This record gives sequence, C-alpha cells and structure tokens, in this order.
Amino acid sequence: MPSVAGIDRTVATIALAVLTFGISFGVLARAAGLDGAQVIAMSAIVFAGSAQFAAVAALDGGASALSAALAGIALNSRYLPLGLVVGRSLGGGAAGRAASAHLVIDESVALATDAEAGVDEARFHLVGVTLLAAWLAGTAVGVLGGGLIGDPADLGLDAAYPALFLALIWPRLRAERGARRAALAGAGLAAAGVVLLPAGLGVVVATAGAAAAWHAGGRPHPAAEPDPAEEAGP
Amino acid sequence: MTGWALIAALGATTYALRAAGPLTAGRLRLPRWIDALLPYVMPAVLAGLVVTATFATDDRLVLDERAVGLAVAVVALVLRAPVLAVVVAAAAATALARALG
Repeated sequence: MPSVAGIDRTVATIALAVLTFGISFGVLARAAGLDGAQVIAMSAIVFAGSAQFAAVAALDGGASALSAALAGIALNSRYLPLGLVVGRSLGGGAAGRAASAHLVIDESVALATDAEAGVDEARFHLVGVTLLAAWLAGTAVGVLGGGLIGDPADLGLDAAYPALFLALIWPRLRAERGARRAALAGAGLAAAGVVLLPAGLGVVVATAGAAAAWHAGGRPHPAAEPDPAEEAGP
Repeated sequence: MTGWALIAALGATTYALRAAGPLTAGRLRLPRWIDALLPYVMPAVLAGLVVTATFATDDRLVLDERAVGLAVAVVALVLRAPVLAVVVAAAAATALARALG
C-alpha cells in the first residue's frame, strides 16, 4: 500500500471514520442549540469525540453547562494516563510539548506506541494532526448540513446519542467482565440520579460506576482493547 | 452563553489532563487505584448516558419512542453492524415510531 506523506492505509481508514463522526457531531450539536461558531470551536479546542457527544447530549437533556462539562471531563480522564505514556518521549522543549499535548488522543497514542520500540514521535504527530484535520473538516460539513434540518425529533436524532454511546462501549462489553460491571453500575446510578438529583447530574454520578470493576482484575487485558481502526472518533 | 461556558470548562480541563504527562516529561506517577479504575470510567459514563438519553424526561424515567431506537441499536450491534449503521437505524426507528404514533 503506497502512502502519501506517511499516511498509510490504517491512518486513512481511521481518518475517514473520524470525518464521518465529525459530520454527525456537527449536525447533532446544531440540533442541540449550539451555534455554528461554538460547534467548530468546540471541535478545535476539546478535540474528543465521545466527550463532545456526551456534553452536547447532556445539554440537550437540560443539564447545566457545568454538569455537561463534568460528563465530558469524566470521559476525558483517560487522557491523563495516555499523556503519561507519550510524555517522556516528546521532544521540542516545553513549548513543543505543550503543543503536542493537544494531540493526545486514543488513536495517536495507540498507533505510535510499540511495546518494544517505545513511542514513535513522528507517527504520533502524523496521526494526531491528520485526525484533528478530519475531525474539524467533518464538524464544519455537519454544521453546514445541520442548519438545513427542520425539527431534529422528527428525524429521531435524539435516539442517535444512546445508540452511538452503546456502540462505542459494545466491544468492551463483549470482551471484559470489568467493563460490563462498570456499565451496569453506571446505568443504575444514572437512573437513580435522574429521579433523585437535579437535572444533568445523573450522568455525573455514573462515573462512580467505574468502581464496580474494582474486583474484576485490574487493567483490561491488552487483547481486549478495541481495535483502533474500529473506533469511531478521536 | 451556556455553550461558551461549556466549551471553556471542558476545553481547559481536557487540555490539563492531556498535558500533565508531556509537561512533566512523564515523571508524574498515578496512584495504583486511579490507574486501575480509569479504564472503566468510559463504560460507566457512557452506559449512564445511554440511560439518561433514552429514558429521562426532566426528573422522571419514561418509556417512549427513544426506547424503540435503543432496542433497534441493540439488535444491530448483536448482528455486528458498523457503528454508523447502528446509529442511523436507531434514529430511523425512533422517527418511524413517532410518525406512526
């Protein structure tokens, strides 16, 4: 497979998936009431697919900005250990590291990290920049298209969120008992939170469901990690 | 205004989470229990969102057309459909249920 500027087939496949989900995000975020500039700024600044979908879904469900942000932050907590994986290997001085940090996403770390060879910094940057470009381009297309849609409820767009979230965790639910326990606990806590807590906090308390995986045996087995090519977004 | 507040809070925190490793050149070490639990935050939070986005209306849990979409999504996932097909099928099922209802 010939590559253009180092973008091989794996990176191109993921970029296409990210572009598609960027379009969906642009459409759904517009439907949730954000204006076009906000949606595009969010993709540029946050650059985290599942967290952006989650925050916008929470906002759409009546949550405050703070509750919606907390839902996204809980999802993005995984960037802390990912940043630690590549942190030692990034060069370019403090300014270069600060810029590179924005490119810490699941795919850039996964594709640049080899158990024996360590972190390939050039590949980390290549994957990160390519997917940031794809995410922004997709978002922009979605924003333009989303402006043309009438009532989002008529198209069932509110049902797109839960379907997407379930699809994102499905491979892990199949493979890991710990993930199944965490998901069940998170679902139960969220249901209780809806009834008992102020609007939007149900999602926030679901974070504590992760503790249910405590006795399921520590870290997920490497073989159970989702294939990056099947992941939906940055 | 809500939108910009959300973007600022989520953007700043996300960047801090990403940059902690690179800016300390990987010297930061997490307590073991945090390291062990972080991989499970995602399934917990997204499963929570599945529940709230499907069943929550204000402070009540209700069964409406969104549940039809979720049921269709589960069937599509069991049949190993790609993610985009799962999402489109769920939205279409909910739209159809609303049009018929």
